[in-house]
Amino acid sequence: MSTRETTFGRAVAEAIQEEMARDENVIVIGEDCWRALEEDQMHPKYARKPHPRIFNTPISEAGFTGAATGAAMMGLRPILYFLMGMFMLSGFDQAVNQIPKLRYLSGGQAELPIVIYTANGTGMRYAAQHAWSLHPIFGNIPGFKIVLPSTPYDAKGLMKTAIRDGNPVLFLSHFLLEGTKGNVPEGEYTIDFGKADIKRRGKDVTLVAISDMVDRAMRAAKRLERQGIDVEVVDPRTVVPLDKETIFRSVEKTGHLVVVDDAHKTCSFASEISATVTEEKFNCLKAAPKRVAMADVPVPFSPVLEDEIFPSERKIVDAVKSVLNR
Amino acid sequence: MYREMLTIRAFDEACYQQFRSDPSMGYAGIHAYIGEEATAVGVCSALRKGDKITSTHRGHGHLIAMGADPKLMMAEIQGKSTGYNKGKGGSMHIVSFELGILGANGIVGAGIPIATGAALAMKYKKLNEVCVCFFGDSAANEGVFNEGLNLASIWKLPVVFVCENNQYAVHTPVTESTSVADISVRAIGYSMPGVTVDGNDVLKVYDAACAAVERARGGAGPTLIESKTYRLMPHHGNMPDYRPPEEKEAWKAKDPIKRFEEVLTRSGLLDQAKKAEITREVAESIQAAVNFAKESQWPDPTEAYQDVYA
Repeated sequence: MSTRETTFGRAVAEAIQEEMARDENVIVIGEDCWRALEEDQMHPKYARKPHPRIFNTPISEAGFTGAATGAAMMGLRPILYFLMGMFMLSGFDQAVNQIPKLRYLSGGQAELPIVIYTANGTGMRYAAQHAWSLHPIFGNIPGFKIVLPSTPYDAKGLMKTAIRDGNPVLFLSHFLLEGTKGNVPEGEYTIDFGKADIKRRGKDVTLVAISDMVDRAMRAAKRLERQGIDVEVVDPRTVVPLDKETIFRSVEKTGHLVVVDDAHKTCSFASEISATVTEEKFNCLKAAPKRVAMADVPVPFSPVLEDEIFPSERKIVDAVKSVLNR
Repeated sequence: MYREMLTIRAFDEACYQQFRSDPSMGYAGIHAYIGEEATAVGVCSALRKGDKITSTHRGHGHLIAMGADPKLMMAEIQGKSTGYNKGKGGSMHIVSFELGILGANGIVGAGIPIATGAALAMKYKKLNEVCVCFFGDSAANEGVFNEGLNLASIWKLPVVFVCENNQYAVHTPVTESTSVADISVRAIGYSMPGVTVDGNDVLKVYDAACAAVERARGGAGPTLIESKTYRLMPHHGNMPDYRPPEEKEAWKAKDPIKRFEEVLTRSGLLDQAKKAEITREVAESIQAAVNFAKESQWPDPTEAYQDVYA
C-alpha cells in the first residue's frame, strides 16, 4: 500500500471522515468540533453553515456529553469532541458516572458506542489546569476503553477501530503529538485494540511508554545504545485493554522494566503496568521495575519548573541505567 | 389512568413493606412516589408507542405509567436475575428499551442532557418520536438544567421537560433552595413555553402534557412543565421526616388519587363496586409481583463480570 506523510491531527480527521462516509449514524458533537475534522470554518473558503452531522455546541460540557449519551442510546455513534481534555471535567458526572456505567447498570440493554476524542498532556507551558494527562482517572473506571496513540499511523487505524467498537472509547491525543508527522497508508486499514507495538527491539531492558512518551523513549534508547545498552521499546497503544502478553514476553527476555508515563506518578499507568508485571512475572525480574512519570505536584507554568518535574529523556536514561545497576 | 395511579401507590407501599421486613435489601431502601402519581400518569398518558422517557431516583411511578410490569420491577428492586436489568441496577436504575424507558437515574438532573440527546437522535433520524424528561425541583438548580434546556432550545428538539416540584430537596424546602416561586418561569431564559400545573390533578397534568407533546412532535421544540405536587413519604425508606405535620396533612387532603376518584364518581364513571373491584385487582397484581420477586433466583455470581463491554 502506498503511503504519504501527514500529521497526527490530519490522520485522525481522515479516520473520522472515512467512518462518517461509511456509517450515517456517526455524528460529531462538541465545542468548536469542526476542528476534530481539521476544518477551519473561520477561513473564508468555508461557509459557516450548519453541517447536518456536525453538532457544534455551546461551551456546555455536561450538556453535550449527556446529549451524546442519549443520542447513543437511540442508535447513533457520536464522536464527542472537547477542545482540551480537561474541559471534560466540567461534565464529570456525565463522563464518568453515566457513559461507562449505563450499559452495565441496564443489564446490557443500553449500547453506548461513543468515542471521546480530545487532547491532553504536559510540556506545552499551559500550567496546571490545562496541562495534565487524564488517562489514569478514566483507567480507574470500568466501562471505558482507552486509546493513547503515539504516531499518525497508529492514530488513524485506532480511531477507525474506536468508532466501530461499540463501547465508550476515550481516544486521547497529546498536545505535543497533534502536529507531528508520519507515514500513513493511502488506503483503508484498522488497528486492533489490545495489540502492543514493539517500536524498537532490544535485549537488555523493556521500556514501556505511551503516547508522546514513546518518542522520548526512542530517543533515550538511541542514547543508551551508544553506551552499549540495548533497549526494547514497547508501545501498548491502548491501555484498556492492555496487551499484557507482549509486555510479559519482553520482560521474560530482558528481565528489566522501566515504564514511562506523563501522568502524575501516583495511580498512573506506569504504576499499573509495574504492579501487573511484578504481580504476574516477579520471577522474571532481575531488579525492581522503575516508573518515570510526572512528579506529584500540579504542573507549573514556568518552563524551568515544568521541565523539572517532566519525565524527560535524561530521567528515562537514568532510570534504565539504575535498573541495570550501571 | 385510575388503575395506574392505584398500581403505583400499591407498588410503592409493597416496596416499603419489603424493605421494612427484610434488612438485607440494602440501606437506601426505595424513594417512594406515593403522592405524586398524577404527574407520571397524566404525562405518560399523553405519549404514544415509540415515545421515550428518562426517569429519576424516584421513578417507580414513571415506569408503571409507561407500562412496566410490576413483577419485573419488584424482582429488579430485590436484586433478582429476573428483574428488568438482571439485578444490576436496582430501584434507581430500571431500564426497558422495549417500553421506551431509557432509564431511571441515580444522579439528580443527569437525565436532562440524556433526554436532550435522545431527542437529538429522534430529530436526526426523523423518527417523529418525543422524549419526556422527568426531574425534580432540585434538578432545576443543577448546572445540567441550564445546559440541557439551552441545547434543546437552540436545536429545537422534540423533548418535554417535566419538573416534578415535590417541594423538597431531601430535607431542604424548595423555598430555601430556589430563586423563583414557579420553576416554569425559568423557561423564558431558554425561549421555550413554561407552564405550572396542579400536579395533584391528573387531568390538568394530562392537558398540559398533550399540548407540550404535540408541540414537540410538530417540530416546534421543547416545553418546560412544572407539576406542583408533594411526596407523602420521607425522602427514602430509612430516613427520618422533618417536615411539619400540618403541612403533610394539608397535602394529604389534596391526595391525587382521592381527587381523581371524586371526579370519576361525579361523572358517573366510578361507583363503589367498580372501585372495590379495581382495588382488589391491583392488590392481587402487586401481591403477584411480590411473590414473583421472592420466588425468583438470585443472579449467578459470575454475572457480575458480564455486560461491562459490548
